[in-house]
Amino acid sequence: MTETAVAPAPAPERPTVPAPAPVPWPRRARSVAKHAGLIAFALLMLYPLLWMVASSLKPDALIFRETGLIPSQVDLANYTEGWTALASPFSRYLLNSAVVVAGCLVGNLVTCSMAAYAFARLQFRGRNIWFAIMLLTIMLPIHVIIVPRYVMFSEAGLINTFWPLILPKLLATDAFFVFLMVQFFRGIPRDLDEAARIDGCGHARTFAQIMMPLAVPALATTAIFTFIWTWNDFFSQLIFLTKPDMYTVPIALRAFLDSSGESSWGSMFAMSVVSVVPIFLVFLFGQKYLVKGIATTGIK
Amino acid sequence: MSALNELSSLARRRGAATPTRKGDARAAALFLLPWFLGLALITAGPLVASAYLSFTDYNLLQAPSFVGLENFSRMLEDTRLHQSLAVTLVYVAVSVPLQLAAALGLALLLDRGMRGLAFYRSAFYLPSLMGGSVAIALLWRQVFGKEGLVNLVLGWFGIEGQGWVSHPDYALGTLILLQVWMFGAPMVIFLAGLRQIPDMYYEAASLDGASRVRQFASVTIPLLTPIIFFNLVLQVINSFQSFTQAYVVSGGTGGPADSTLFYTLYLYQEGFRNLNMGYASAMAWLLLAIIAGLTAVNFFASKYWVFYSD
Repeated sequence: MTETAVAPAPAPERPTVPAPAPVPWPRRARSVAKHAGLIAFALLMLYPLLWMVASSLKPDALIFRETGLIPSQVDLANYTEGWTALASPFSRYLLNSAVVVAGCLVGNLVTCSMAAYAFARLQFRGRNIWFAIMLLTIMLPIHVIIVPRYVMFSEAGLINTFWPLILPKLLATDAFFVFLMVQFFRGIPRDLDEAARIDGCGHARTFAQIMMPLAVPALATTAIFTFIWTWNDFFSQLIFLTKPDMYTVPIALRAFLDSSGESSWGSMFAMSVVSVVPIFLVFLFGQKYLVKGIATTGIK
Repeated sequence: MSALNELSSLARRRGAATPTRKGDARAAALFLLPWFLGLALITAGPLVASAYLSFTDYNLLQAPSFVGLENFSRMLEDTRLHQSLAVTLVYVAVSVPLQLAAALGLALLLDRGMRGLAFYRSAFYLPSLMGGSVAIALLWRQVFGKEGLVNLVLGWFGIEGQGWVSHPDYALGTLILLQVWMFGAPMVIFLAGLRQIPDMYYEAASLDGASRVRQFASVTIPLLTPIIFFNLVLQVINSFQSFTQAYVVSGGTGGPADSTLFYTLYLYQEGFRNLNMGYASAMAWLLLAIIAGLTAVNFFASKYWVFYSD
């Protein structure tokens, strides 16, 4: 079927000879050229990333001389030096980031899906209005609320703790994921939960034992995006975490700029590589859900 | 397909009463409890507070003092604010169309079950997952630095390059390039959209003797316009709020010569460095107004070019 869309229209001046069974070579040549072009372009796109990995293995002096991907001299010192270059060992920052990510994951997975269940399945007064409000909050820039949020957490003595980063997720403020789950829940046949209700299941059990197991793909998408966005988040972590031993990975990386100027690109690259490894792993193993999530809901 | 469509369909159905079911109200209250708390404490409360703060002088240490419209009149004279608006508008106006064009172009090349599709999609998608991170911004700083990778390559051709990130004429360009580099996410959305175009349209078109170019112009593009529109709205909203890249590449200053002073970066400097929390709040409301305005313009203009088949 797809062939009709791909087949080039015959050039008008050529007599209408039926095409021979094997692929005519101009078409094959075009396909080869297309693949060659795409591969070259993909390489160009990924080159900075690959070069960063290669450079993290080179002595500083070589980073500014070599454009290739294979280091002429492999040196793991960047990793050992970078690991201890800041006030705390880098493991500390990785751990901090992991704690923040874990808190956000629990929050988004539990509370966003609870809210989504109410919007998708329960019939209560004012549902449309609350739902509209929820959708509007998706589009609200964080900047409009960050100052009072800062004041609030500062009054509560929670600056330089992880609460300002985690608490909002425990309260389902990542409305985007509520919406994502609502859409998924709507696609689950109602017969299933109606049957459970007739059998005497309350809403809590219907939610926990019927809906949640069926929603695993949506939960996976939520988990993956929460992970990546929280891991990469810079703005709010920069604002709420100012004490060096509370730094998360992005804030620690930025501190490389402050502390060492530009003198130690090697160790900075090494720690940069360390910082993107988790993203890469999530990408590698969660690709299916990433692509599906992005395609069905259209996010950044 | 998106929150935006959902909202507009809700608006159309306005007035229709939601059916209620006995017992659901109590369950809803429980299931929505965290969300209600979050709305009140984390979103709506701070929203109201920030509206109030925008009319005050507040430095976090003393109580806010009401100053009327002073923050807004200061905006009229604040040349750094004007600079930050100009920088951000140029950034959005250049990077969004380029990024969407790249995304659409690649999606069209990759369309329709070509061999290696999964590989290409991954290769082009990966940068958009990493591009927003501090690590990549640091990398960009090196690659476009005076002795960076780009200049090394230019050196082969005997060209002596600039320090691209440290030159006021080029620094913003490097950030635009970074944004364009992240075209993979809209590309995936385009790919999904292309797959939804039914084959029969193409079959009918080719039976009628339409050439490939004609099919592209009369079938593919019109049916894709809702997705182009959706991507456009989304990318404008997002790129207006870009922060990390400019912060890291300029070392937090927005330099050289304020050429990378993104609006959000200036807001951060005013609010959290200079502790002008009142002014920062006022700036945040201007940001919201601009984003809402641009989105409204987009929606208005969409009547003239977006094609809805149903």
